[in-house]
Amino acid sequence: MNIIALVKQTPDTAQLSASMDGLRLSAEGGPRIVNPWDEYTLETAIQAREEHGGKVTALCLGPPEAADALKTALAMGVDEAILVSDPAMADSDSLTSARILVAAIRKIGRFDLIVGGRAAIDGNTAATAVQVAALLGVPLISYVADIGSLDPEHRTISAVRLLEKARETVTSRLPALITVVKEINEPRYPSLIGIRKAARASIPVWGCNDLELDASTVGAGASGVDWKTELPTTREANVEMIDGGPEDAARTLVDRLMEEKVI
Amino acid sequence: MDFELSEEHQMVERMVYDFARNEILPSIREHDRNGTFPHELLPKMAAQGFMGICLPAKYDGAGMDFISLGLLSEGLEWADSSVRETIAVHLGLHALPIFQWGTEEQKERFLPPLATGENIACFGLTEPGAGSDVAAMTSRARKEGDTYVVSGEKMWITLSDVADRFLVFAKTSQEEGTRGITAFLLERGWEGLTTGTIKGKMGVRASNTGWINMDGVPVPETHRLGEEGEGFKIAMSCLDNARYTVAAGAVGLMKYCLEASVSYARQRRTFGQAIGDHQLVKQLIAQMKQRVDLGELAVRKVGWLKNQGRRNTRETSMAKWYCTESAFATASDAVQVHGAYGYSDEYDVERHLRNSKSAVIYEGTSQIHQLMQADYVFGNRVDRPLRCEMPAYDPDYWQN
Repeated sequence: MNIIALVKQTPDTAQLSASMDGLRLSAEGGPRIVNPWDEYTLETAIQAREEHGGKVTALCLGPPEAADALKTALAMGVDEAILVSDPAMADSDSLTSARILVAAIRKIGRFDLIVGGRAAIDGNTAATAVQVAALLGVPLISYVADIGSLDPEHRTISAVRLLEKARETVTSRLPALITVVKEINEPRYPSLIGIRKAARASIPVWGCNDLELDASTVGAGASGVDWKTELPTTREANVEMIDGGPEDAARTLVDRLMEEKVI
Repeated sequence: MDFELSEEHQMVERMVYDFARNEILPSIREHDRNGTFPHELLPKMAAQGFMGICLPAKYDGAGMDFISLGLLSEGLEWADSSVRETIAVHLGLHALPIFQWGTEEQKERFLPPLATGENIACFGLTEPGAGSDVAAMTSRARKEGDTYVVSGEKMWITLSDVADRFLVFAKTSQEEGTRGITAFLLERGWEGLTTGTIKGKMGVRASNTGWINMDGVPVPETHRLGEEGEGFKIAMSCLDNARYTVAAGAVGLMKYCLEASVSYARQRRTFGQAIGDHQLVKQLIAQMKQRVDLGELAVRKVGWLKNQGRRNTRETSMAKWYCTESAFATASDAVQVHGAYGYSDEYDVERHLRNSKSAVIYEGTSQIHQLMQADYVFGNRVDRPLRCEMPAYDPDYWQN
């Protein structure tokens, strides 16, 4: 099986720092990690390869530093890793990111299964992988908590989706794209032998030219999403103590509530 | 000069700390309270390659270098000293000495099951009446044909009741002092070999500590490590390995105590402000950070020396002395920062304080290390070349 694992590098949300006014979170200079959901992605992909043979390619869109996330993927046991990175791609929204990833997937060539995490902890849109499936025209099974059966010979996959109040079993043809939730497995740690291999690996970097993408069709300029910061409005409240015994206080309270047109 | 960890080392560090956070921390407090050994961790540590982290791949080791061994020790002890002790003893005091002193046949036979964790190993030097004064040992080995008959008792032995392989030392000659000591590799199940556990320790309660009794144990000559009379040199070279892991582990313990103290000092408020804003708490935090930084430098230097294949007995002793004393002081300060809460086992700094006391005693007390350092300075102590030196770390050899 040819399996592609979609991996994102994100800030470590456990180590974000707050600005002095307490209104903004900054990941600047903080450690960056493999998106925690994508650890399940990688484990799912590696387990599928261990069971059915083939190859796992980890694919990541991000800045040059995101190669570190791919090194972790290699240390966990993927066979190949490709970084898609180009200054022109910076600040792409989820749909633009999906278009870039689709171009990279087409360049990789044949695939049987694409695995992604349910979302990335930074943007948390849970949209990119879904859009990748739509643009590729392959079936999507999202929120997968269990792969009941994966049959490369008959080209089918049966997976259990974890919904809010139910579990739903879906069977699809291959190739397909699945997004996984943390109930699906227990991600392995990178092994020492894997770390040795990963440290030596050179990770190919594909830019706009490699993917035959016009730089004007990617990045912030090509994205439809406009980010704005909205602060919660402040609410003024007063506290008024009502003196007197219970009966008098109750009477006064009712009068005040009627005065304020609450009742 | 380069103070940066390599990319490989950074990945090892990240993985080990993740392992410590996810696998050790959740259950170690209960193990400490109950004085139970975390057996469930051994297969997990073995699966990660920890048990043979710096043994060559040809002996089923992970083929990493000595800096990686230091990072592993640091990360494990960040969670608990007991778990680091397992690596110090199994690898530093048993497997690495076989790698350094063993014949090729012994390496091929004994190292692979140690590297994979199939066998767990310990080290028996200390006796009820002989600790730092090794020459006072009373264990003896009598040669009968191609077999030695070993008798004696070893005390304060980490993993004594868990291990299935034992590196023990006994006198083959009574007249030659330390030159009459020989090293032997024993196996659990052999006639006359029994072990037991010591209860009631102040700290490292999740580690197994006990005794080994040898009552006329027949040991084939194939299980003698090194030459007859070479045992003292072997034992001292073992300590160069284990003391390094102890020092590195102490840095991990200090890092935990510092992190916990900073976090607590930010949250806890007295007199209208966070206690971290009080000058005297700041002083405690600054002193902790000073010890962490200096300890880390000392440990990394020793790791570098080991990678170069250079003799490091003095530097390792210095790192062990400094880091373990600093860890005790840092854990004590961390309890102080936490106030009354720090005095209860609700917070991990209390456990770290109890644990940190053991390391200023074992692997040479702080007093022994001070004597050693003074002797080096006065020229009374000079390290002479050994018959079998630990080779320099060569990735081509270690990883193929």
